Amino acid sequence: MGEAVAFYTISAFILIFAVLVISTKDTVHSVLFLVLDFLFVAALYVLLDAQFLAAIQVLVYAGGIVVLYLFVVMLVNLKRPPEAYEDPHRRTKLGFGLAAAVLFELGVIGLYSYASPASALAANPTIPVTGNTEEVGWLLYTSYLIPFEIASMLLLVAMIGAIILAKREL
Amino acid sequence: MITPTHYMLLSAALFIIGVVGVMVRRNIIIIFMSIELILNAVNINLVAYSYQLHNAIGQVFAVFVIAVAAAEAAVGLGIILAFYRNKETVNIDEMNLMRW
Repeated sequence: MGEAVAFYTISAFILIFAVLVISTKDTVHSVLFLVLDFLFVAALYVLLDAQFLAAIQVLVYAGGIVVLYLFVVMLVNLKRPPEAYEDPHRRTKLGFGLAAAVLFELGVIGLYSYASPASALAANPTIPVTGNTEEVGWLLYTSYLIPFEIASMLLLVAMIGAIILAKREL
Repeated sequence: MITPTHYMLLSAALFIIGVVGVMVRRNIIIIFMSIELILNAVNINLVAYSYQLHNAIGQVFAVFVIAVAAAEAAVGLGIILAFYRNKETVNIDEMNLMRW
């Protein structure tokens, strides 16, 4: 019961803030709603017993990525918002229609799988540690060591790329 | 009783909101934020199944998704800054430098 109340409250906030992110006129407000959205997603992770990921979500998303967005919004000082321009080739209704079709499709899949729920697999027996952070760390440094290293290499490349792109002249 | 289906439907709704944002907004910064929403929807799915199957591998992949999202945000915002410096706009309708 308590879990259901928490789930519905958190999901309602997630969806409301997501709608506000894409519908607000002011870009700064949009970024701030994005922070709230990420914080509620972190709350959902806590509900799902993924405390490590919740901390990462708050630190990396709400703390890092969103501040980056805020910096860029402040740097690009717009006199006229992009929505003020008129474009004859725009197909807003088609976009909404396609999105509604995909939502319908996903809902049908959800209902279908609701009728025949997947059986739970056996718990992973090879992990000798307990606790969420220990489990994730153990997996990252044993079975998923190479993807982990590739991810760190990707971040390094992205960092260098971002510096080169944003620098005025090299 | 909250089943993985509930989480999947939440994640699908968040994904759809992100897709609508990508399709109807013209501000490239808001489009990037919609992409972040989409990646978050994927992460919710991964963590929900990690919880359901009592297996932390889903969370490991969610960590990778977050790393990719951070890289994408850094490079994408660098491109936005470089573009803004040249054209003084963030309107995607005017981003046709590479066309033809």
